[in-house]
Amino acid sequence: MSRITRKFEQMKAQGRKGFIPFISAGDPDLETTAEAVLLLAELGADIIELGVPFSDPIADGPVIQASSQRSLAAGTTLEGILKMTTELRDRTQVPIVLFSYLNPLLNYGIGRLAVDAAAAGIDGVLVTDVIDDEASAISDTFAKNNIDLISLIAPTTIDERLEQITQHANGFLYAVSRTGVTGARTETSSEAEELVKRTRRFTDLPIAVGFGISKREHIEDVWQYADAAVVGSAIVAQIEEAKNRAELLKRLRAFTISLLPER
Amino acid sequence: MNHEPDERGYWGEYGGRFVPETLVAPLDELTKAYFAFRNDTAFQAEFSGFLRTVANRPSPLYFAERLTRELGGAKIYLKREDLNHTGAHKINNCIGQILLARRMGKKRIIAETGAGQHGVATATVCARFGLKCVVYMGTEDMRRQELNVFRMRLLGAEVRGVDSGSRTLKDAINEALRDWVTNVSDTYYLLGSALGPHPYPLMVRDLQSVIGRETRSQILEAEGRLPDLLIACVGGGSNAIGLFHDFLSDDNVRMIGVEAGGRGDRLGEHAARFKPGGRAGVLHGTKSYLLQDDDGQIALTHSVSAGLDYASVGPEHAFLYDCGRVEYTSVSDAEALSAFQMLSAVEGIIPALESSHAVAHAVKLAPQMPPDKVIVVNLSGRGDKDVATVAEEFGGIG
Repeated sequence: MSRITRKFEQMKAQGRKGFIPFISAGDPDLETTAEAVLLLAELGADIIELGVPFSDPIADGPVIQASSQRSLAAGTTLEGILKMTTELRDRTQVPIVLFSYLNPLLNYGIGRLAVDAAAAGIDGVLVTDVIDDEASAISDTFAKNNIDLISLIAPTTIDERLEQITQHANGFLYAVSRTGVTGARTETSSEAEELVKRTRRFTDLPIAVGFGISKREHIEDVWQYADAAVVGSAIVAQIEEAKNRAELLKRLRAFTISLLPER
Repeated sequence: MNHEPDERGYWGEYGGRFVPETLVAPLDELTKAYFAFRNDTAFQAEFSGFLRTVANRPSPLYFAERLTRELGGAKIYLKREDLNHTGAHKINNCIGQILLARRMGKKRIIAETGAGQHGVATATVCARFGLKCVVYMGTEDMRRQELNVFRMRLLGAEVRGVDSGSRTLKDAINEALRDWVTNVSDTYYLLGSALGPHPYPLMVRDLQSVIGRETRSQILEAEGRLPDLLIACVGGGSNAIGLFHDFLSDDNVRMIGVEAGGRGDRLGEHAARFKPGGRAGVLHGTKSYLLQDDDGQIALTHSVSAGLDYASVGPEHAFLYDCGRVEYTSVSDAEALSAFQMLSAVEGIIPALESSHAVAHAVKLAPQMPPDKVIVVNLSGRGDKDVATVAEEFGGIG
């Protein structure tokens, strides 16, 4: 059983819902990212999503685009990210999911990545721009190395596709809360709840909801109908504001505490 | 050889659909609508009618007599796509897609543009059919193609500058895709080249293949036989595939696609995807040849011509390159500029800088070929938009 599945089972047994923060790996540098991962785990993150920076992130809004650019400017590579998580595994067992676009992974080699990521303590990989047969092929390769390919579902996904996607999904499902790119919003969308309800008809897999979740009330709302809430841009915006590592970790701590409802 | 992609939009290993889940539904809707359009004779008749009355087709096949004499080799014909309404081949695709968008009940059209030709053509058909139009354009391209920005605004389009990355075509496509993923229900993405996720590469090729069909009957009339060589510039690759498609099964017709060689061979100095350094990858929803660095990050590109300045290429070209049916080469900024001047002075035709790349290669090859051979160059667009750029390259208008 993967660390991700174990984590959701543990949460279920405890009768609580999950908190999944996202940060871009290497923004502003990988040493800081490692510290941020440890801090988020300490503050109650159940799973951590690490963004692999890409030059052309079409599914991301301005905050994560800028974050990817800072990371690339700092020279972040997939090799470097895996080296960092390898070292982290002595210090935390929090499940880690890589959040990436396909091209950097293809370039690394899917087979090679499955082996290296497993050795580096990566539990899951979410690829924003891969679907259908191409996703199944990657999922099979990852599964052999005990890595879950996390599938995305969206409000525009019709029932027939939900059925296909859930049949091949591992770990958990990532429900995109609304049509659009990543980025904080003041209101959450009612589309997300409808999507989660529709998906429940096809699977018992845990469902996390992301995109646009930026406040404590949003998380409380998501926890009413889904298993976990993903917060990305709102956290990344805190990182963007910080002038140095100490300030960054301080901001991250204060913001995460303000964000996380009582459990 | 079969030139149809498989049902998932692959030519060999290239093409397909690599998109966020949110875009699957609109792409399925588009595919269904397009395949209905493809086989509907009434709709095809409507398309042909508007190609005639809006685009001013057929475009002439022009014998470049003085250029031929000057070069002293093969006969050179120019397929005059520059004489289409709006000044380039882009209008062919736009007319087809706007009819499709209208049939699909879409009210809002978005597009990307590099040189501005596709943006102008999109703005034109939106004005003609009364649809709201938003065009994304890199701010570097807006600077290079100021006149086209003004034309689009005059035609009622909203031009949104894109300030990320290299501020060129690639970044404009990123932003158009972000818009589409946000506004899927009422918005039609009118993509301008034979790239992107399935069905775009197929659809744009089909809509542009009128270029090759006309060329075939025109050259048969003029010469009584098929040409020996076709030459077209390749950015995304729509004018090239539009010319080549109808000849792909004619084994005696040689075809050359000309990429932007820019100012050097190093990554970042050119936009020649088939040069060493280009390799298979995924960008903007399709798998194709791609200029990328060692970490799979998309490389910056350079070309004097905004329309060729793009890191990837349509997937059918990748397939045609691998199987050897079409040859690909590149010419430098300097060679393209010199062809720009030459065609202007010798034939009285100012070609687009994009098309000047194709002309430049014809200038190289024609003298090596005997006078009984026939070359057709796709003159994909006119160069009025480039006059300021060229003046700048040569050190000012004075």
